[in-house]
Amino acid sequence: MTAAATGPPPAEIRGASWRAFARSFRRHWLGMTAAAFLLLVLMACLAAPIIAPYPPDAEDLSSVLSGPSLHHLLGTDQLGEDVLSRLLYGGVISIEGIGEALGVAVVLGVPSGLLSAYRGRALDAVLGRVADLGLAIPAIVILLMVFALPVGGETAAMMALGFIYAPSIYRIVRGAALPLREAEYVTNARMVGVSTPRILWRHILPGVAGPLAVNLTLTAGVTLTVQTGLNYLGLGVSPPTPSWGGMIGDAQSVLDQQPWLLVPTGLTVALTILSFALLGDAIRDSLAEAWSLETRRARAGRAAGKVTEPQAVHAAGPGALLSLRGISVSDRTGRPLTTDVSFEVKAGEAVGVVGESGCGKTLTALAVVGLLPPGTRLAGGQCWFDGERRLSPGQGKRTPGIGYVAQDPAVSLDPCFTVGSAIAEVVRAHSHLRRSAARSHALELMASVRIAAPAEVARLYPHQLSGGLAQRVQIAMALASEPRLLVADEPTTALDVTIQAEVLDLLRALRAERKMALLLITHDWGVVAGTCDRAVVMYAGQVVEEGTVTQLIRDPLHPYTRALLRANPQRRVPGGKLLAIPGTVPVPGSWVPGCRFAPRCSLAADDCRAGDVTLTGLADGRATRCVHYAELIAEASR
Amino acid sequence: MARLLLRRLALCVVLIVLVPSITFFFEAITPGNVASLLLGTNATRQEVQQLSARLGLDQPLYEQYWHWLARLFTGNLGTAYLNGEPVTAVIGQRLPVTLSVLGGSLILASILGVGLGVASATRGRVIARTVDVGSIIGIAAPSFWIAIGLVLLFAVTLRVLPATGYVTFNASPLQWLRSLILPWIALGLGLMTFIAKQTRDQMLAVLNRDFIRTLRANGVSQRSIIFRHALRNAGIPVVTMIGLSFVGALSGSVFVEQVFVLPGLGSELVLAATTHDLPVIEGISLVFTIMVVVVSLAADLMYAALDPRVRSVR
Repeated sequence: MTAAATGPPPAEIRGASWRAFARSFRRHWLGMTAAAFLLLVLMACLAAPIIAPYPPDAEDLSSVLSGPSLHHLLGTDQLGEDVLSRLLYGGVISIEGIGEALGVAVVLGVPSGLLSAYRGRALDAVLGRVADLGLAIPAIVILLMVFALPVGGETAAMMALGFIYAPSIYRIVRGAALPLREAEYVTNARMVGVSTPRILWRHILPGVAGPLAVNLTLTAGVTLTVQTGLNYLGLGVSPPTPSWGGMIGDAQSVLDQQPWLLVPTGLTVALTILSFALLGDAIRDSLAEAWSLETRRARAGRAAGKVTEPQAVHAAGPGALLSLRGISVSDRTGRPLTTDVSFEVKAGEAVGVVGESGCGKTLTALAVVGLLPPGTRLAGGQCWFDGERRLSPGQGKRTPGIGYVAQDPAVSLDPCFTVGSAIAEVVRAHSHLRRSAARSHALELMASVRIAAPAEVARLYPHQLSGGLAQRVQIAMALASEPRLLVADEPTTALDVTIQAEVLDLLRALRAERKMALLLITHDWGVVAGTCDRAVVMYAGQVVEEGTVTQLIRDPLHPYTRALLRANPQRRVPGGKLLAIPGTVPVPGSWVPGCRFAPRCSLAADDCRAGDVTLTGLADGRATRCVHYAELIAEASR
Repeated sequence: MARLLLRRLALCVVLIVLVPSITFFFEAITPGNVASLLLGTNATRQEVQQLSARLGLDQPLYEQYWHWLARLFTGNLGTAYLNGEPVTAVIGQRLPVTLSVLGGSLILASILGVGLGVASATRGRVIARTVDVGSIIGIAAPSFWIAIGLVLLFAVTLRVLPATGYVTFNASPLQWLRSLILPWIALGLGLMTFIAKQTRDQMLAVLNRDFIRTLRANGVSQRSIIFRHALRNAGIPVVTMIGLSFVGALSGSVFVEQVFVLPGLGSELVLAATTHDLPVIEGISLVFTIMVVVVSLAADLMYAALDPRVRSVR
């Protein structure tokens, strides 16, 4: 019964401004209806002495258990009392009860939660333990205890209910206030010497208000449930005084004579509880939306540029193992994330995909594997693997023959399974080996990725592995399907420098041993130079240059490639300065017309912005998307 | 892991002593005398004093508490004010009924709830909508209201199941089952939809995690991903939430026992509350607390069995 009130609120419902919240709330028609209904019930019950047609205890034994009629709109009960009037008067008791319970819970839970989050340490520890205890006490026991006492009664019981809620209110307030403690405006206030109560009241409480409002609304519903239940049991409110719970009890006793009696009260109670639940949900959703609306607005500074479909497409050469032709991926709204990505990987070849974060490298890798992330879809283009057309992204169907190694090994292995069983499972998915045979094949695979003691490591869980070891395990898993192409998305980025070298070494060796092609996603020219034959440079969702690694590093034919090389600490152009590229990668959708790199390019001229630039194929298999590449050649030969 | 369990056990012991103690102190600090309350307004002063002495209410508070605590640890829960029966006997008689009601509905709700949750996470919109609507109804409709509705439908209108009453398992397993079906539904419905919604939310969260993509990318079947990997990971928080919702189910059982007139601890508790029978309330609150503690310990153990990270915490 109390379950709805105990769940923690999502972290994002903080700091939304009131106006954004109101705008978003107005769109939740269910929440609006619920709020209107609650308001109606509240007003009607408070106005009971004025609008009720009869006094609540006016018995009329001449019309007992009558159904709805003109005299008694909702009928009468077994004493001939008017159901509508009793319903209105009974509501007052419910309103009082909810007020008392929530009042006590707020008075106890909010200050303690704020202080616990703000002061921390010993106070936090002590209050936390007390709250743990409080949460484990069965509410019903305390409530019935209160009724058994000499002074126990409705009010005492509802206040006891407030006591019972206090720990969960404490938890919620503490959880919401904790991140605010370190917020800039709070630290500033502290530094200029604002007193603690004032900081809590002025600066932290507003940030907590959202989650608190959600929880109190849901708790109000729970309170009504409990209170109705208690009154139904005959506790708290004695007979002549009407209460919703008592009326349901009365209805039950004449169930076989007049089942209608159950309807008005039962429906009112259910609709009221339902409204509290729906209102709480609507407030939570609106807060989350208001929050994300604000961040989105802050992020999208510039207007979106027009994006057109470029023309140049690779022709598939013979011997290509993987061939991407004009792959375009967009999000659900149709906003392009990558456009016209085309390149090839020959059997046994190692190709690097280079670029800054946000250029579409990972998306391209996932498109190759056939697993585009949720919310994205393939807008155009084809993927050919081993002479067959593949790609059904978004369907959760992978491309067989391709192994995949993700960036961060710590989150890429299922925490609940041992390393050995994880690898063995992939082995079994690709063969008809029995459990024990798969197991020993897994050990062989682990040995082949140079894990020193495979049998011991096989018994470990992912959280017990170092980053390097976990990455080897991931590679072993990818090898279990005997792939002809291994796609590795930044396989060394999350690792220590010394481990990086070992893993790259391993990838090189595996490639040679298994005659396996490698598609390596990276932002590090050092990785590309040491591991790859060719490389593709991506910028703002496009391929901007392609060539052998030597060509690219020696004489780049796109200003972006050149700038990237200069910005790379390990492989900078000899004698050149280490330069950061001015500006940032544009957010998808805010690409400028013409060359997308123009705003950040030192060579940019009017012709760069004139229209879409195509990928121009050059001699010896190179390609560039720069209008002025001739200048770069001239510069290099000087 | 051992330390974690020890800490939980310590919390359990504290709770087991604390909850009945709350009753004791509530009783002690409230003005007015229980004896006069029991005897009613017509009692003479002498009668009240006699009863107070008999119940030990005339001794100093700390002494009363000490006696009470010592008695508690020897398993003597005192005698009921109402009829002088030992409280342990009252509990012993009624515990099987409550366990049948709670256990049956909890098991049914867990199995059906998890199944429905998985189906709604993986099978598209119709089931997901149903779970949504169901969970809202589960919140909105109080269990006793559902119970009365069930009585109206199955007992009064269709006349296929008994409206009230309880038959022990030993007397007739079939009649036992028939007498419990409606209580199980009444208590389990809300719980089931709650579990279904939690399972769905957790499943969807897990299915978005990186390791699922890695598994998919390396060719693990959809079936294994859902039932071996996603369900196992989603199960960890779901088990905790089932454990937490037990406290609510306990409250619900009190109402359900009342509606179906089942002679369990809940209906006894209500009777004791209306007749101010404090020893019985203390005894039953002790049993309820032990139940909560046992269930939360069981949830912790399940949690540890599912999550290797918890197991290796020292």
